[in-house]
Parts: sequence; structure tokens; C-alpha cells
Amino acid sequence: MPAEGAMQTKLEAPMREPAPSSEVAVALDGVRRRYAHDDVVALDGLDLRVRRGEVVALVGPSGCGKSTLLELVAGLQEPDAGTVAVWGGCAARERLEACAYMPQRDLLLPWRSALDNAALSLECRGIRRGEARRRAAPLFQRFGLASFERSRPQALSGGMRQRVAFLRTLLAGSPVLLLDEPFAALDSITRGSMQEWLAGALANEPRTVVCVTHDVEEALFLADRVAVLSGRPGRVVTEIAVDLSRPRPRRETLTDPTFVSYRERALEALEC
Amino acid sequence: MLSSTELRPQGDGGGGARIGTRAAWIVRRYWPSALLLFGSIAAWQALASVPAVDDLTLASPVEVAGAMRADGTLLLAQAQVTLVEVVLGLGVAFAAGAAAAVAMHLARPLREAAYPLLVASQAIPIVILAPLFVLAFDYGIGPKLAIVALICFFPITVNLLDGLRGVDPELLKLMRSLGASRLATLRRVELPSALPSLFSGLRVASTVSVIGAVFGEWAGADAGLGRLVLLGNNQLETPRVYAGIVILTLMAVTMFALTSLAERLLVPWSAGSAGGTRA
Repeated sequence: MPAEGAMQTKLEAPMREPAPSSEVAVALDGVRRRYAHDDVVALDGLDLRVRRGEVVALVGPSGCGKSTLLELVAGLQEPDAGTVAVWGGCAARERLEACAYMPQRDLLLPWRSALDNAALSLECRGIRRGEARRRAAPLFQRFGLASFERSRPQALSGGMRQRVAFLRTLLAGSPVLLLDEPFAALDSITRGSMQEWLAGALANEPRTVVCVTHDVEEALFLADRVAVLSGRPGRVVTEIAVDLSRPRPRRETLTDPTFVSYRERALEALEC
Repeated sequence: MLSSTELRPQGDGGGGARIGTRAAWIVRRYWPSALLLFGSIAAWQALASVPAVDDLTLASPVEVAGAMRADGTLLLAQAQVTLVEVVLGLGVAFAAGAAAAVAMHLARPLREAAYPLLVASQAIPIVILAPLFVLAFDYGIGPKLAIVALICFFPITVNLLDGLRGVDPELLKLMRSLGASRLATLRRVELPSALPSLFSGLRVASTVSVIGAVFGEWAGADAGLGRLVLLGNNQLETPRVYAGIVILTLMAVTMFALTSLAERLLVPWSAGSAGGTRA
């Protein structure tokens, strides 16, 4: 029975497939973004490529424009110079369509149950509430939220709320996930277990992911590649390819000598 | 009456126990108000009993209670007329206010054009408008509804509009990223978010609605508590005037309480209601 349920869910939360020819999912070229109202240049001369199915983590000091970068990719902002393309499409509508954006705060609606919060993204695509619930429910089983379907967000722990927010993002059905500091608000113990949970979830539902974090360890644990950004205005200082298979066992990975050397390199890049 | 509900839990277990704690909470919450009320009534009775105070100037609580008993049927019939004006007027104000607030929220030019006029409409004294409405709509319920609606329209519209405009911008960004239409965002995020704010407006409106109905009746009416109070005053029926005022006050308090109850039922997640603070 559980196996059958798992099989079914693959069909219940379908991902809209991009054009099969394109291998580059996200491409940023010479991107500059300046905020006119306080005359701050958040990003300048930023280049980044994310391949299909790749998990890329961005780390950088606070205020280096990490969130701006995600909103640019998501189609929520436009660059002042340079180009941002998702599957080759530069128009905001194409980017909005191809990306599912998970904001820093969970932003769960207090008047909706956990299930209805996750189903919100389906409803926004014009699917009726009953049908949206029916499609979202199997994911609660698969992602460790069984029996929490009817709980109000106020009654859930921080980690549980992030899981619901992640399911909402997943159910948007977009091939690219943009995660903005998904676990920044959690205590360190919960954060560790949520990182493992997310790694498992991505193994279960492979997507192209751009994840922003200020935690080097989190970035290296989750990603295939880590891009280190400079202070404001942000640009990519160095890229570290993490040559360890995913998903990784957390405790073993954190003490692995290769992992430790990656961390050294990342911290060094952050300091200069 | 409260003590009888408090006694019940010993008899019938679970459900009763919850009612018992609820009653205990009500007693704890409201005993200072009750004490103050009874103290005031006692002081009023004492003052009215002073021989130097003319009975026509100040009716004592005992006399007011006597008037209520003697004129009970009359007072209730008139109260019914006023209550209908209040409830229908509030209904009109709610429908018009909600429509205006949503329209002003969706169309920025409309908001910029109409908002100053909306504020200006509040500066016109209702006392002056009331006779004009009677001229325009004739006697009957028309002018009363117009005045109640006019006085209640402002708090409802302004509060709902503030609620709609005060939605967390991050939430709107999320809805945009999910590809939600303008209408879907309004229905699924903005209107529910604005409910607590709407209810603050409704609470204010529900109390001032009674004042509006009284003004309306003073400008010209053949029935209603406001008219009864005015006539009673002319006829030097001081106890009946006081009885009318007491009933009008109870009406306003009841409207307020019903609005708060509706809020508790419809907006259980709001910080203002008991459900939210417990979590």
C-alpha cells in the first residue's frame, strides 16, 4: 500500500518539463541591480550558470544581494544591466512560470490548514480546492507530515512549518526551485535535521535548485556546487564543485576530510 | 445566573467543565465592570433621593425600573422599530462600505480621488444632514437608514481599506511568484488578512449606528425609541426618557457584543480573539 501511494504521487505532483534540448537551466550574464531609492548597488557583473538537475548554493556575507539574485531569477525583479534567463527565456513571465520561489519566512496563511497551505500553489494555477487537496495529501505522507494535514500553522513547530512551505513550493510544479535561506529561522539542531530532510526530499523529487544561505556548512552539505559571493556589490568570487554523491549522510559528511577541505576553501574565499 | 453554570461541572463532567471555566473567566474578567455599574446605580439612587433634587430633573433607578414595567409594551414596540433601522442601516453601510473599500483598493486612481472626499464626508455634522434627508426621503424608514448608513460607512470603509493595504508585501510577492491572478490574491490572501481590521471598523460602526438611528428619528419620525425619548422629554415624563436611554444603551452594547462574537467565530486566528492567544 505505501509503495503504491508513493508511485501515485509521482503522477499527482507532476513537474512541467522544460524543452528537452536545453542543458542550462539558469543563466545570469553580467547582471547589475541597483536600488534607486537608497542608491545601493546590490549586484554588479554577476555571472552564474546552473545546469539542469543541479543543486547550486549561494553563500555570501549579509547584504551581498543574495535575495535580490533569487528574485531576479524568479521574475520578481528586473536587472538594470545584463541578462537573466531560465531555460533560455528572459521575459519575466517565462521566469515566473519556470521557477518556484520559497521565501525566507514560511508565510503560511493562519486561516488555512497545513494541507490547504501546501495546496495554495495548485489553487493559484486554477485548480479547485477539493482537487488541489487530493493532489497535495499524498505528499504529506511522503515528506514526514502525515497526520498534520489539518493542523493550523500556529500549532506547528518551526521545522514543520518550513516543510509545509517547501511542499507548497514543490506543488507549484516548476522545474526550478529557488530557496531563500530556507532554515535561517530555525535553531541549529532543527536546522541540521531539516537539511537532511531537504536532501532526502530532493533525492525523492529531483529538481534544479538554487539555494541561498549564509551557512557555509549547509551550502556544502546540500549542493553540487557552491558559489561564494563577495560583499556588496555582489559578484561570484569563487565556485566550489562538491564532488560527493547526494543525498549525503550528515554526520559522516561533516567530518569527511574532503568536506573539511571544501569548507576551508569556502571560508577563505569569504574572508577576502 | 452565572453561579448556576458554575455549579454544573460537578454534575456532568467534560463538556460542563469547559463551560464552568468559561463562566469563571467571564466572572473574573467582568466583575470590576459589574461592581462599577452597581456602584454607579447606587450613587444615582442616593442622589435622586436627596429632597433638593427635583424628580423632573433626575429620575431615580427605582422610578426608571417602574417606568420600564409600566410602559414595557410601548418601549419594546418602539425599540423594535429602532432596532430594525439600526440593523438595516448597518447592512446597507456594510455592503456599500465593503464594495467601496475593495474598489478603492483595486483601482488606485479611484482611491486617490475618493479618499479625501470620504474624509470630508465625516466632517459634515449628521445633526444638520438629518432634516435634509427627511426632506429628500420623506418620513418613514428611508432617511433613518440613510443616516445610520452614512455614519457607519466611514469606519467600515476606512478600516477595511487599511486592512487590505496593510497586507504583508512578502505575501503578495509569494502570490505573484505562484502565478496567482489579481482576483485570486484578493480572495485568498488580501480579504482574509483584512478581516480583523474590518471587524474593528464594524465594532465602531455597530455602536454609532444606534446614535445615527436616534438622530434620524429626531429629525422626523412617527415611531421609534429616539422619538419616544424626545416626546417624553417634552411631556416631562423623565422616568420614561431614562428608560428609553437605558434600552438604547443596551442595544448599542448588544450590537457591539454580537460583532465581537462574530469576529471570534469568523477570525479565530486573530490575536484579538481568545483562540489565537492560547496557541
